[in-house]
Amino acid sequence: MRKKISRGLVLVLAVCMLTGTAGCGTKQEKNALEITNVSYDPTRELYASYNELFKKYYEEKTGQQVTISQSHGGSGSQARSVVEGNDADVVTLALAHDITLIEEAGLIEPGWLSEFDRNSSPYTSTIVFLVRKGNEKQIRDWEDLTKDGVGVITPDPKSSGGACWNFLAAWHYADRLYGGDEAQMRQFVHDLYQNVLVMDSGARGATTTFVENGQGDVLIAWENEALLTVKEYPDDYEIVTPSVSILAEPSVAIVDENVEKNGTAELAKDYLEYLYSEEAQQLIGENFYRPSDEKVLSQFGDVFDLSVNLCSIDDFGGWDQAYADFFTDDAIFDQIME
Amino acid sequence: MGKKHVIPGFGMTLGTTVSFLCLLILIPLASILARSFQMSAQEFMALITRPNVAQAFRTSIGCSLIAALINTGFGFILAWTLVKYEFPGKALMDGMIELPLAMPTAVAGITLTKLYSDQGMFGKALGRLGIKVSYTRLGIIVAMVFVGIPFVVRSVQPVLEKLSPCYEEAAAMLGASKLYIVRRVLLPELLPALLTGFGLALSRGIGEYGSVIYISGNSAKEGTQVVSYVIMQKLNAGNVDYEGAAAIALVLLLVSFFMLLVINLLQRFTSQRTKF
Repeated sequence: MRKKISRGLVLVLAVCMLTGTAGCGTKQEKNALEITNVSYDPTRELYASYNELFKKYYEEKTGQQVTISQSHGGSGSQARSVVEGNDADVVTLALAHDITLIEEAGLIEPGWLSEFDRNSSPYTSTIVFLVRKGNEKQIRDWEDLTKDGVGVITPDPKSSGGACWNFLAAWHYADRLYGGDEAQMRQFVHDLYQNVLVMDSGARGATTTFVENGQGDVLIAWENEALLTVKEYPDDYEIVTPSVSILAEPSVAIVDENVEKNGTAELAKDYLEYLYSEEAQQLIGENFYRPSDEKVLSQFGDVFDLSVNLCSIDDFGGWDQAYADFFTDDAIFDQIME
Repeated sequence: MGKKHVIPGFGMTLGTTVSFLCLLILIPLASILARSFQMSAQEFMALITRPNVAQAFRTSIGCSLIAALINTGFGFILAWTLVKYEFPGKALMDGMIELPLAMPTAVAGITLTKLYSDQGMFGKALGRLGIKVSYTRLGIIVAMVFVGIPFVVRSVQPVLEKLSPCYEEAAAMLGASKLYIVRRVLLPELLPALLTGFGLALSRGIGEYGSVIYISGNSAKEGTQVVSYVIMQKLNAGNVDYEGAAAIALVLLLVSFFMLLVINLLQRFTSQRTKF
């Protein structure tokens, strides 16, 4: 009897191991060069066109063909998937902090932030307002979002990294308005978040709520997402750039541990370095991200409002500090929501 | 042991069952347990009794109870109609019952939100009556009813099919009123199946994520955050908090397990009563 049970177990285990090793086999047998880029949600269109550009460039340079697999999702959960074993060669995520998470797991060597130019940020973006055509509620700046009767749509900072930037930009505005008087600043963001009608779990969900379900008067959004929406529905929406906003520096890095295993170190480095070339920077601008190359950026003066006053995460003492001060349990965000 | 089984393959099938259970259910559940035990008892209690966490438990359990009750009522009527009557399009309708299981829950959630928002088809009409559905607890119940209905129908249907009409006929001939037949003849037979359906729909509702998060609006202020959302907050946020997520998940598991246990006991009790 017992023998029979163990025979059954052995069979099941054998099947599991066979399927397991079969999975490994396909990865090792690859001949063509292949890399995986794990990225976040709104870069879908950007990397679809950049990958084509890079393939052409790489073939001309080395005569070799490359296959690039793309993966998109919420930045935080994408980082988590790499930590948990997703075989990414490069990561191109929304925040430096998400990459730090992978670094802490030992997959990326410290010092990655200075491996590429400009804090390893080949493009930047900022937070703007998307309003319905005509801007009936006369929304011009952050202050207008705190007025009675204005419906605001922004995702939940406690579940969406992007939403933290929205909050910090508002906080920065209040800081300048009240000259650092914290009681008044808290009141300001309290009033603003009292006007939030729906708090989605992520930026894409918030866009759906505002655009598809017609909720609210203003969506606090990434500039690239807002520009994309206006391009799709030019008659329905317009963009308002506030006087003050925050500079978001999406970061890129090589996943050292994985490229060593996959033998793709050179290719991964080329892939990320080429993002800084003039052609790529041009493409980045066309996809509504702000090119980090000043010269190329200035050509897009009619697309981006370059007069906006931008603070950066360093003004909040870095991401870890900002997160601890504002978004952990019982920190400022929880307090003003009570 | 030593007893010979008449049907061959007992060792093989039991081996498969045990390894399957281990790989897919027991080991993952044990790892949740292990994770949440990395917290101290004090931290654990502090987290579980936080106002937003406690409110999320109330919302999840309350809404899924109401949704499961609605589903039990309507699921019974649906199953009754599909079994007892013949009408054109019956096979099609029967197939449609399972669609909520096949559809990605996020798609269902986004669609329901749009329909029931104050700009949507149903939401506009309901709004005139002063009823708000999307972004309220009512919306959560609507989504849970949607995902839970197949469980009740599919639990009740086979029992109804097998139930011979001779009992009803005998009762009628002995002079029982229609209401009395339903109450004393049909319901006792169906009660175990209804309880199973209720339990399945309930547990589906308590853990539901995809279809609920879009329609709920996730407002801590309005009490529309569900437990699965609070767990995802712990995992998505800037600093991933595995222990916190595992601790909340553990309590959720215990609550569900306890409720299912009660339902199973009730079911055993009722099915014994109707055994001849």
